[in-house]
Amino acid sequence: MGRKEDNIHKAQALMRQTKFIRNIGTAAHIDHGKTTLSDNLIAGSGMMSGDLAGKQLLLDFDEQEQARGITINAASASMVYDYKGQEYLINLIDTPGHVDFGGDVTRAMRAIDGVVILACAVEGVMPQTETVIRQAIKERVHPILFINKVDRLINELQVTPEQMQARLASIVNEVNEKIKKLLPPELKDKWALKVETGNVIFGSAYNNWAISVPYMKNTGINFKQVYEFCKNGDQKTLAKKAPLHEVLLEMVIIHLPNPDEAQKLRIPVIWHGDPESNFGKAMLNCDPEGPVAFMVTKIIVDAHAGEVAVGRLFSGKIRKGQELHIIGMPDPNRAQMVSLTVGADRIPVDELDAGNVVAVSGLKDAIAGSTVSSDPEMASFEKIVHYSDPVVTMAIEAKHTKDLPKLVDVLRTVAKADPSIQVEINQETGEHLMSGMGELHLEITQYRIVNEHKVEINTSQPIVVFRECVLGVGGPFEGKSPNKHNKFYIEVGPLSADIVQAMRSGVIDVEGKVKDSKAVARQLQDLGMDRDEARGIVAFHGTNMLLDMTKGIQYLHETMELIKEAYIEAMNRGPLANEKCMAVKVKLVDAKMHEDSIHRGPAQVIPAARSAIYGAMCLAGRTLYEPMQKVFINVPQDVMGDAIREVQQRRGVIEDMKQEGEMTIVASKCPVSEMFGFAASIRGATSGRALWSSENAGFEPMPKDPLDKAVLQIRQRKGLKPEPYDAAYYSS
Amino acid sequence: MVRQSGKLSFIGLGLYDENGITLAGLDRIRSADVVFAEFYTSKLSEGALERLSAMTNKEIMALGREEVEDGTRILEEAKEKNVALLVAGDPMTATTHIDLRLRAHKESIDTEVIHGSSALTAVPGLLGLQHYKFGRTTTLPFPQEGYSPTSPYDMIMENLDRGLHTLVLLDIDAENSRYMSANEGFHLLQEMERRMGKGAAKDDSIVCVVARAGSPDCVVAAGPLSKLIAMDFGGPLHSIVIPGRLHFMEEESLGQWTNGKDG
Repeated sequence: MGRKEDNIHKAQALMRQTKFIRNIGTAAHIDHGKTTLSDNLIAGSGMMSGDLAGKQLLLDFDEQEQARGITINAASASMVYDYKGQEYLINLIDTPGHVDFGGDVTRAMRAIDGVVILACAVEGVMPQTETVIRQAIKERVHPILFINKVDRLINELQVTPEQMQARLASIVNEVNEKIKKLLPPELKDKWALKVETGNVIFGSAYNNWAISVPYMKNTGINFKQVYEFCKNGDQKTLAKKAPLHEVLLEMVIIHLPNPDEAQKLRIPVIWHGDPESNFGKAMLNCDPEGPVAFMVTKIIVDAHAGEVAVGRLFSGKIRKGQELHIIGMPDPNRAQMVSLTVGADRIPVDELDAGNVVAVSGLKDAIAGSTVSSDPEMASFEKIVHYSDPVVTMAIEAKHTKDLPKLVDVLRTVAKADPSIQVEINQETGEHLMSGMGELHLEITQYRIVNEHKVEINTSQPIVVFRECVLGVGGPFEGKSPNKHNKFYIEVGPLSADIVQAMRSGVIDVEGKVKDSKAVARQLQDLGMDRDEARGIVAFHGTNMLLDMTKGIQYLHETMELIKEAYIEAMNRGPLANEKCMAVKVKLVDAKMHEDSIHRGPAQVIPAARSAIYGAMCLAGRTLYEPMQKVFINVPQDVMGDAIREVQQRRGVIEDMKQEGEMTIVASKCPVSEMFGFAASIRGATSGRALWSSENAGFEPMPKDPLDKAVLQIRQRKGLKPEPYDAAYYSS
Repeated sequence: MVRQSGKLSFIGLGLYDENGITLAGLDRIRSADVVFAEFYTSKLSEGALERLSAMTNKEIMALGREEVEDGTRILEEAKEKNVALLVAGDPMTATTHIDLRLRAHKESIDTEVIHGSSALTAVPGLLGLQHYKFGRTTTLPFPQEGYSPTSPYDMIMENLDRGLHTLVLLDIDAENSRYMSANEGFHLLQEMERRMGKGAAKDDSIVCVVARAGSPDCVVAAGPLSKLIAMDFGGPLHSIVIPGRLHFMEEESLGQWTNGKDG
C-alpha cells in the first residue's frame, strides 16, 4: 500500500473518534500564502511528495487557479498526522483570498471549528485579514495566527534581527487587538493570542519551515539562528530542523478544538432550535448515534458525480443510499455517494460520522446553505449571510442555437454552485444576464461555462451594476389607468440606512410574502420608522418596500396583488435607466376605482400604479447609485505619486496614507466602473512595484456629471430613447 | 376655444349582427368621412362588419383597446372631419367611452350619440323580468394571475338581500377571441361561493341564461344552477341573470324557459 492509500485507510478509522479530529481552514488576505501553506500540510502528512510542497499548489487543482496562482474555490482535503504516537485526522478547507470570492470564505467558516489566519510579515495586517477574522468569530471559529514570508522580511527588506522581532511583535499585537475587539467577554482571554503558548507561529510556507516559542524551547533553535539561516540562503537546513507541517499541525492539534468541544460553543450560535430537543442534544454532543444534521456549505459540480454537496455533519451518520430531507423542499433525496476528499480526489466510503467535513452526491435539491436531515421537521441552521451585492454584470448568450436550452441549465447549475453569482434567465430573447462580485469572478465563471460545461457562448463586456434611487420625498402623484376610470396616489422616499442594512443582512426577512406583518411592523418601528407607516407594510422587493397607508377603500383588497405587481415591475426597472431600484419606500396613499371589476383588471391597474410610482420618483429626484471599492496600494516612495495619480484619474478619493518603512500604504475609494483595467495601468505606472488589493464597499450616489453620462450610456445600450420620461409623461 | 369643424358620432350597432343598427345610425355612417369600430367591449357575429361595410360602401377600421383608450387618433381626425365610432350594443353603456366623449368636449369637438339596443334591456326583456327590479349590474372577469376578484359575488349578494335581480355580464377577451360562456361563469360563481359561503350561488339557486340575444337562434333558459351549468348554450355572447324575489308575472314567465327553449 502506498503512503497515500495507507493514509486514506487510517483516515477512515479516525473519523469515528471525534477527540482526534480537527476541522480547520486557512484564511487570509490575497497572496499571503494560504494555498502554499495548505500544500505543505498535505505533503507533510504524506499526501504529496515533500519536495513539491510549496511549489505544486495541490489544492489549486483547477486549471484556472494554477494559471493565475490564486485560489478560486474553497477546496478541501483530509489528512492524517501522528502527534506523540497518536494519529489525528485533520480536515482542511483552503479558502480564496481574492475579494471577488468572499462569499466562499463566509460559507466555508460554517464547516470548520478553527482557522489559521495567515498574515504576511512584509505587508502586515491587510483589510481582508480583518474581514476573515470577523467572519471567523461570528461563526465562533477559533482563530490562531501564522506569520508567513518571514524570509522576505530578512532578505528583501534587510531588517536587523531586532527590527525583525519588533515587526513580528507588532503584527501579533495588531491581530490580537482585532480579535479581542470582536470576542464576547467569556472568550476574550481564552482566545487571545499569546506567543509563549504557541498559538502563534512564524515561518515561510514557500521554504517549508516555521517556529513557535514552545518549539524553540524544545529544540533549542532561536530567532538569531533563524535569521542566520535565512541570511545565508540555507533555508533547506532550517526546513529540516523546523518543518512547517510539524510545527503548524502541532499548533492546530494543541490549540484548536475537536468537533465535540467546538460544537458545544458553536451550536447555540449557528442553530436556534430547542437545545433540549433531540437535535439540540445530539449536536451539542456531536453524537454519531443522533439524527442526521448536515449543513451544506458548498456545491461542487463534478463531471462524473454531478453535483456534490460538501459541508459539515454536526450529528448522526450519513450512509450511502440513505434517504435525507433537504429542509424546505417537498421530497426527500437519496445520498448516492458519501466520501472524504483528498485534494482533487474524493474517496468513497460507506458511511461518515458526525464531526466531519463530508461530501455527498445525489442531494439534487440542496444548495449552499441547505440544512439536510433525517427528519423533515428539523429546524434549519442559521442562514449564512454574505453581505455583498453583485457589482458587475454581463450579457451572455449561446453561440449556437442548439445550445439554447443547455445554456439555461448550465446557468442555473452555476448559480447553484456559487451563490455569489446571480443569473437572470430570459427565455424569450435568449440573452441572459450574469452578475457577480467582480471582473475576475465573471471571467472565471465564463471560463467554466465554456470549458467545464462545454457550451460556447458570446458575452458582452462586463459592466457595473447600477441601482436607481430617489434623493428626497416625492408625491403624492396621481397615476391614471388607460381607461381613465381608476386612479392611484403614490408617495415615494428614500429608506434609512439602518432599515436598508437590516433588509440586506436578513435581520428583516424580505424573502417571499410578508407572513407576520405585525412583527415586521415592530421591527421597522424599532429601526426608527413612523408607526403608521410601519403598520402599512405590504411587500418587500430587494431593499425596497411597499406600504399601504389607505383606510377602508372599497375593492382595494382585490386589487392589491396588481398594485404589488406594478411595484415589483417598477422596482425591477427604475424610471431613469430601467435599472433595479434600491432603498425606495413606496407608499400608496389613496386610490379611486371603478365600480365594476371588469374595468379594474390587470391591464388597467398595473399601468396606473406603475405610472404613479414612476411619477412620484420623478418628483422626488431620481439618481443612480454605483458600486464602490476600497483600494489599498502598497507602494515605494518614489513612485507613490504615480500610483495616486492612477487613483485620482478614476474619480478616486484618497482616504488615508500610512508610512511603513520604505513603503507607503495608500487607502482610497473608487467607483467600480472606473476600475476596469486598473491592474495593467498601475503596473505600468509604477513599473510593477505597487502591490494592491481591493474590497467592495457598497453603493453610493453618483455625482451629477458622470450620472448624466451613465444614464445616457445605459439607455442607449438598452435601445431606449436617450432622454428619460418626465413627470408630465406619467400623469397623462 | 374655437369650435372645431369636425364631429364625433358614437353609433350603437344594436344586438347580434349588422341588422341591429338604426336607420339614423346607417345614415351617419354613410355621411361620415372616417369610420372606426371597436369590438372589445362587445361583439357582433362573424362577418357582420364586412357586410356593414358593403351595405354602406365605407371602409371601416377596427381599433384595439389601447387605441380607443388612448383616443388621440380618433380625436385628431374628429377635429376637422365627421368621424363615426361604431360600438356594438348601446355605445354609452360601455363606460370607457364616456371619457372619450368628455375629452372631445374639452377640445371643442361636437359629439352625438346614436343609440342602439343593448343586452342591458334585451336580457331582462327576453326572460320576462321587470327592469325596475334589477340592482347593480356586474361583470365576471376571466381570472388572471394576481386578479380573481370576488366583488361580483358581493354585488349579487347585496342585490339579493334587497330582493333585486342581478344582470351578470361575462368577460370578453377580444385579442384572443375568448368569450366567457355562461357555464364558465357558473363555475366561477361556484368557486366564489366556496370561498365566501353566503349562499348567492348554491347548486339549487335559480339562475337564468340568455345566449345570442337579438339573433334568430337566441336561447333563453332558467332553472337551478346545477342543471344550467351542464347545458350547452351554443356560441357567444352569453349573459347570466341571478333573479331576486319574483313577482307572479315574472315567476310565470321564467316557468316557460325551464327547458331552455328558443326565445
